[in-house]
Amino acid sequence: MHELSIALAILDAASEEAARLDGARVLAIHLRFGPLSGVVEEALRSAFELAREGTPFGETSLVFEAVPLVAFCPSCDAERPVASIRHLRCAECGGPASHVVRGRELEVVALEVEP
Amino acid sequence: MTTPPRLVQVRHRVLKQNDLVARGLRSRFREAGVYVVSLVSGPGSGKTAFLERVLTTLRVRDGLRVAALVGDLATDNDARRLARSRAPVRQITTGTVCHLDAAMVSAALDGWRLEELDYLFIENVGNLVCPSTFDLGEDLRLVLFSVTEGEDKPLKYPTIFHTADEAIITKTDLAPAVEFDAEAAHRGVESVRPGMAIFEVSAKTGEGLDRWLDALSARRSGALG
Repeated sequence: MHELSIALAILDAASEEAARLDGARVLAIHLRFGPLSGVVEEALRSAFELAREGTPFGETSLVFEAVPLVAFCPSCDAERPVASIRHLRCAECGGPASHVVRGRELEVVALEVEP
Repeated sequence: MTTPPRLVQVRHRVLKQNDLVARGLRSRFREAGVYVVSLVSGPGSGKTAFLERVLTTLRVRDGLRVAALVGDLATDNDARRLARSRAPVRQITTGTVCHLDAAMVSAALDGWRLEELDYLFIENVGNLVCPSTFDLGEDLRLVLFSVTEGEDKPLKYPTIFHTADEAIITKTDLAPAVEFDAEAAHRGVESVRPGMAIFEVSAKTGEGLDRWLDALSARRSGALG
């Protein structure tokens, strides 16, 4: 259940960003996450619901934006999508592609606020 | 009149705080000249037995200065076992937290003179999921799995293999008894992490340990110059 630590860190990040928005109410936190971030969406959703209790984010929702897995393929000499996190092979040529370029992200990328 | 909600773009890494502490640790380790190795694995894969043998060999045979931090949910059994190696060992009890983070490591190092160490080992809580997300400032992360756990560990827990640098297959003395398919295990690692170095070690007989220790020593020289 490291999702609880992550949910708390998301709230910290949101507090820090919201502090710059003079008292705006945060309706939603947009989170970008990759398949290698180690986060399971369902588990994080439940952990977030627990973590937000009793904070200024009691009504705030969490919006997930999934990032695809992309790695550098030496045979194609280009960044390519990867079949899956279990098969780090270039989706184009099938060659091994272990240098992950995108897919580890875990970032708060936007806050939906009013007014 | 009500204003419609607006979307404010930000860019804030969720683990920024942990990453900052980890970066601080990494520069502290580098300055002190200590090479730091962390170990992750599922419960019961033999991390503690492996580490006990490593600590003893490095200390007694090679005359090196070694120490260990060991994370555990509740007990200090692992720390007591490791203390048999006569290396300094400190326990981090995480309570209900299923992984170590950089702040816990930093707190546990309070008062330690890192410049008096050649190697520091950090044994994470036995868990193949949660520790993957947290940088501890280590130079080298090992992921261990034992022959008794089955060959498909890498395919079941790909993320942890992605954050680790080397894979160690443990308890190889039991391989015949459990009909361990080494080739399938290697294929699994190669599938989730092409090119990852794999070592096979028996902490009981010591088989395979020297090969890994040689590689470790080379890694240390490369990092510390």
